[in-house]
Amino acid sequence: MRYLPHSTQDREQMLAKVGVSSVEDLFVDVPELARLDGPIHGLPLAQGELEVERWMQELSDASISAGSVPFFCGAGAYRHHVPATVDHLIQRSEFLTTYTPYQPEMAQGTVQTLFEFQSQVAGLLACDVANASMYDGSTACAEAVVMAARVTKRTKIVFSGGLHPHYRRAARTLAKHSGLEIAGLPIAVNDEAAVLQSVDDTTACVVVQCPNVFGTLTDFTELAKAVQAKGALLIAVFTEAVAFGLIKPPGEMGADIVVGEGQSIGNSLNFGGPYVGLFATKEKYMRQMPGRLAGETVDADGNRGFVLTLSTREQHIRRDKATSNICTNSGLCALAFTIHMTLLGDKGLKHLAQLNHEAACETADAVSSIKGVELVSPNFFNEFAVRLPSNAAQAVEAMAAQNVLGGVPYSRLRPEPGFDNMLLIAATETTTAKDIATLTDTLKKVI
Amino acid sequence: MAMNNVGRPSAPIAHEAAAPTTFSGARGLLQPTSLIFETGSIERTGVDLPPTKGLKARLSGLARQTSTGNPGLSEPEAMRHYVRLSQRNYAIDLGMFPLGSCTMKHNARLNEKMARLPGFADVHPLQPVSTVQGALGVMEQLSHWLITLTGMKGVALSPKAGAHGELCGMLAIHAALDAAGQSHRRRVLVPESAHGTNPATAVQCGFVVDEIKAAKDGRVDLDDLKTKLGEDVAGIMLTNPNTCGLFERDIRTIADLIHGSGGYFYCDGANFNAIAGRVRPGDLGVDAMHINLHKTFSTPHGGGGPGSGPTVLSDALAPFAPVPYVIKLADGKLDLVEHEDDSDGQPFGRMVAFHGQMGMYSRALTYMLSHGADGIKQASEDAVLNANYVQACLKDHMSVAFDGVCMHEALFDDAWLEGTGVSTLDFAKAMIDEGYHPMTMYFPLVVHGAMLIEPTESESKASLDAFIASMSGLALAAKSGDTARFTGAPYHAPVKRLDETRAARKPILKWAAPITPAQIAAE
Repeated sequence: MRYLPHSTQDREQMLAKVGVSSVEDLFVDVPELARLDGPIHGLPLAQGELEVERWMQELSDASISAGSVPFFCGAGAYRHHVPATVDHLIQRSEFLTTYTPYQPEMAQGTVQTLFEFQSQVAGLLACDVANASMYDGSTACAEAVVMAARVTKRTKIVFSGGLHPHYRRAARTLAKHSGLEIAGLPIAVNDEAAVLQSVDDTTACVVVQCPNVFGTLTDFTELAKAVQAKGALLIAVFTEAVAFGLIKPPGEMGADIVVGEGQSIGNSLNFGGPYVGLFATKEKYMRQMPGRLAGETVDADGNRGFVLTLSTREQHIRRDKATSNICTNSGLCALAFTIHMTLLGDKGLKHLAQLNHEAACETADAVSSIKGVELVSPNFFNEFAVRLPSNAAQAVEAMAAQNVLGGVPYSRLRPEPGFDNMLLIAATETTTAKDIATLTDTLKKVI
Repeated sequence: MAMNNVGRPSAPIAHEAAAPTTFSGARGLLQPTSLIFETGSIERTGVDLPPTKGLKARLSGLARQTSTGNPGLSEPEAMRHYVRLSQRNYAIDLGMFPLGSCTMKHNARLNEKMARLPGFADVHPLQPVSTVQGALGVMEQLSHWLITLTGMKGVALSPKAGAHGELCGMLAIHAALDAAGQSHRRRVLVPESAHGTNPATAVQCGFVVDEIKAAKDGRVDLDDLKTKLGEDVAGIMLTNPNTCGLFERDIRTIADLIHGSGGYFYCDGANFNAIAGRVRPGDLGVDAMHINLHKTFSTPHGGGGPGSGPTVLSDALAPFAPVPYVIKLADGKLDLVEHEDDSDGQPFGRMVAFHGQMGMYSRALTYMLSHGADGIKQASEDAVLNANYVQACLKDHMSVAFDGVCMHEALFDDAWLEGTGVSTLDFAKAMIDEGYHPMTMYFPLVVHGAMLIEPTESESKASLDAFIASMSGLALAAKSGDTARFTGAPYHAPVKRLDETRAARKPILKWAAPITPAQIAAE
């Protein structure tokens, strides 16, 4: 077995030093009835690289990869080009095979990149502080909801009708056990501000999204003021981080907590994970944040260095009184994010965002020129919703049969009367004119 | 080609003086670093993109008017920035990383290669299921391995990390109790030696925590447990092997006691790597257990994630598993159940937007296929043997916390440091100078000044012998009054000991432009 260094002789010598005759003697505390006589049945035995690679390749071939066909899926995960430098750097041994920086003197590479990551995220979202990342956008949203209840000491949570349904479900799963009451508004393409009507003096927060799940953009500035005047917090969610290269960031709208998905920058689709949740807030709520935080300090010689900090919020110190049970971040995905962001810079990000928007504009024009297809998003960044004359899930299946991945039917996220014909279409810098033409031709045939 | 030193052979010359500080700030191969905010520029970019077309925007006046403030670097500058930073990190690929409870074993690069196959890495979570059969195949196979290795009924793959898996298991218990009309059961028993995530998780699920004492042998105090049982007990959260590196030899009794009083047995599977392939938790009476794919199945720790915490469930809890999950249809095709209403069971909800950590599933499955049932068993045995070897070799130099054989990690306390003026922390920092990542320190809490050493199966005997020699040397130095070696450590790391107190007192969590003399003058 290529991963295990010991020879039989090594093992014998070591057992002798321990003072036992066989390895069985090291497992004496295992109850008799739970001891197995050999390798577990029903599983194959060890294999070489070649065999394993062949097996996995065959499995991989059973999928249609996004890069091999015209591709227009979004709804919370986006296909962008990732520079080769990013994937090379995150595979460096010193980044890939190290642990959470518990010993900062031998982890300055990790802690400094997290500090830079936090700075970039705060700049991108126009917020005072950001943490070192969360599992993904949906869990960041769930943690934000619980944090808002903690800050306000209130119990009611209001979700907008434009919030990604999976984010709503994930937040609900966490919130209901914290004794929180959930008010979810009816699904709406363009009515984020409706949340205000549900705010009362028990409301901890309202959760809105921009761009929302239908791609619609809303300025929350006035809403934030109104919500805050009632003593509640405004949580602004996003699923497409590239958007803030072009559109007004939630921090500038006065959002109290901003959470979302950072996958678009530096990370592949990966069938939904691992991704990187972004979490930012105002300075006054800093000590109520969940998750890891990197901070600047000095060493014994007075030289600048970085450490994990404010850990008194966390489970390993506070145990049952911690702000969250979270014990990790999404380190390597955050590293990919920060490297890609560093390569882009402000200038590159704005350029990239513009390319995305233009690709979506061209796709929207082409698709909505089909008879019977109606563009329903009043505005958008790189994703929009159209209403088809027939069932969207069936149209997507029929397009897939012709090797076109033509978008996500809304019903896939949440079956909802009246939304069966709704199709979400995303375009990015990877979308070509030929892809758009193929999508249009194929969609025409299947509706 | 020796043209650079022809006629000028280099030979060492003895010098008395201390090493001079350099003008560049470098120390030989260790290059100076700066922040991207100090070297980059808003106008610079390391990505070449096609020109934009100047189409009319459809943003309804929501165009961003401000800068993100994020500087760019050209590609060579970026490469150098991150490579220089990487060289300030320690890693498994550099040396032994005996961080107890964290399982820093070898990360095979085949796993990285397989995870990047386009059928797993370049598929969207919401593509039609007919187009993602390969990705679903990985999930189905991984489930099969996990269920078989643990002897359990079902598995929820979607939890994103160990603590998230704990949440999954405890939410399943919560849902099962509610379904049985047992909603008054809200007290969860947690041993005082438990990971901090256990009590934090229980509270997040709406339970209250009741601590159980540890007995003198480092295991659960059965008598204390018995007094804590009652009508309101929802269950127990127990790590096995426990955080002292010991197998809970009364585990069947504990399971029977909990079940007998109407509660469930959650097992924290953080230490499954000690018994994988040798013991099936299902045979021990476990109802739910998370498995850290990043520990037992060697998906890379990546400097703190991403992890992955699939949670195996017993017959009683499997129906409450969250959506989404994979099912096999009659025609052999795989399908996803994504909505609670579509489930045959009673899912407690949804934990994440999509399907969990696909990138970790493919790596873990590659590890499993490579090792096979026999290799996984051998890996567990070697991990346990290595820890016992380290314990046996160091027991005369340091004080072992509990007598007898250990599992995959050896636990020492700081009794042997008494009177030396050296603390566990100081000792750990001196290990950095020796070229080792320190062991886990001050955990578990039941042992004073704890030092928890987990070598893992990846270490050869020669590697262990070198580590033991280094640790013995340090132990002798501490006892012989060489205090400065410890209290001033690390001396040889890229930075000296860092001031964590200062960082917490006045937190600086992001870069800010330094105030210029002109700004000060203007105020």
